[in-house]
Amino acid sequence: MSIKLRTPLTEQDTDKLKAGELVEITGTIYTARDAAHKRLIETMEKGDALPFELDGNIIYYVGPTPAKGEQVIGSAGPTTSGRMDKYTPALLEKGLKGMIGKGLRSQEVKESIVKNNAVYFSAVGGAAALISQRIVKSEVIAYEDLGTEGIRKLDVENFPVIVAIDSKGNDYYEIGKQKYLENKNNSLKNLV
Amino acid sequence: MPNKIHVNKLTESVRHMVMECNYTLSPDVKEKLNDFYKREDWPLAKELLAQIIENSDIAHRDQVPICQDTGLVVVFLEVGQEVQLVGGNLTDAINEGVRQGYAQGFLRKSVVEDPINRINTGDNTPAVIHTEIVEGDKVKVTVAPKGFGSENMSKVKMLKPADGKEGVVDFILETITTAGGNPCPPIVVGVGIGGTMEKAAILSKKAAVRSLDKRNDNKYYKELEEELLTKINNLGIGPQGFGGGTTALAVNVEYYPTHIAGLPVAVNINCHVTRHLSKIID
Repeated sequence: MSIKLRTPLTEQDTDKLKAGELVEITGTIYTARDAAHKRLIETMEKGDALPFELDGNIIYYVGPTPAKGEQVIGSAGPTTSGRMDKYTPALLEKGLKGMIGKGLRSQEVKESIVKNNAVYFSAVGGAAALISQRIVKSEVIAYEDLGTEGIRKLDVENFPVIVAIDSKGNDYYEIGKQKYLENKNNSLKNLV
Repeated sequence: MPNKIHVNKLTESVRHMVMECNYTLSPDVKEKLNDFYKREDWPLAKELLAQIIENSDIAHRDQVPICQDTGLVVVFLEVGQEVQLVGGNLTDAINEGVRQGYAQGFLRKSVVEDPINRINTGDNTPAVIHTEIVEGDKVKVTVAPKGFGSENMSKVKMLKPADGKEGVVDFILETITTAGGNPCPPIVVGVGIGGTMEKAAILSKKAAVRSLDKRNDNKYYKELEEELLTKINNLGIGPQGFGGGTTALAVNVEYYPTHIAGLPVAVNINCHVTRHLSKIID
């Protein structure tokens, strides 16, 4: 059973989420990947206003395919989050509460997640056709010249993710593997 | 008399194949996913494999890309020495196929023209093309669009002859362990052993797009493939890196003679959306 979550995220939301839990997100999320992150940080450094409010919000690391026919958006699975590590702590400091991507994060990002009571979700990498069915509205709101890397405002319903790193810094990329291996060793022992 | 083949046939084949392999998982990959789904007994891993299988069904049904990273197109050409290609430039013809397929198929354009200054070419060209001259009067074209979540986790290492099989196995396991959840496991592992640095890398790519049903003809390397698959799945990384018994669907090894002083090894990682499609043109 998945936990239902609505954006924007509150401190109570991030407090209670635990690494490894399945979550379904409903509400508004914003897309940004490599090139968009670079611009967001440059904008912040100049002291200019960002194209969307960070407070309590979630950034989804995605570069969708072009929409076909009646589609709201093309296929839209997560991209590798580690490439955004360099930019993430600055965004968390400014109020960002969550990220959706896939794969490992740096120690620095983990520390910043704990410090800012945020959460890192993983969507299933490659499951882009399935995920795009949970996106009900999509609008490019900034950096249109970047094409697929432009920033989109997405309305999502029951968007499926897993808590990869919770606000206490528990990392399911480590825990999940350990739990599996311990369980496997125990079941082998029982056989012997 | 050489067999004259018009390059437009290549354009047409590439155009069609880039779309088809982005929408429909090849049967060998699909079958392995189903096999591992049945065998997987770790609950979260099973749930994630179910999402992956459902995703490929939706993509095929709706004719939309399985993954949003529709890749940089790698093309392997085997050109028969009795063939004469007519009607234009071969490279241009292939790139035209990529251009048309990516536009018509609503596929993402992910190629930048300069790796440092990074301006998108807007049409997903150029492809990376590997051409080989073989016997016969036909052309075999294989397209393998490559996503970079997994490509970025691939590695080449120049081992010493004394490192032997143990060194090869250690390097492969270390590469997969470091990659963890990043390349979207369950993965397909292509390994190239021998030759020179670039030969090993190309072999590993060839291995990665070989059918998952086909083991190496050489008994020693067939056993190495099986041993590596077991060892990789015993690492516990699991689907997406969250734990489980399904880390790799297959390990394909290709080898080549090498120098007395060297032991090059390349590991090319593919995600569960391993796209490969071949066609013979005559």
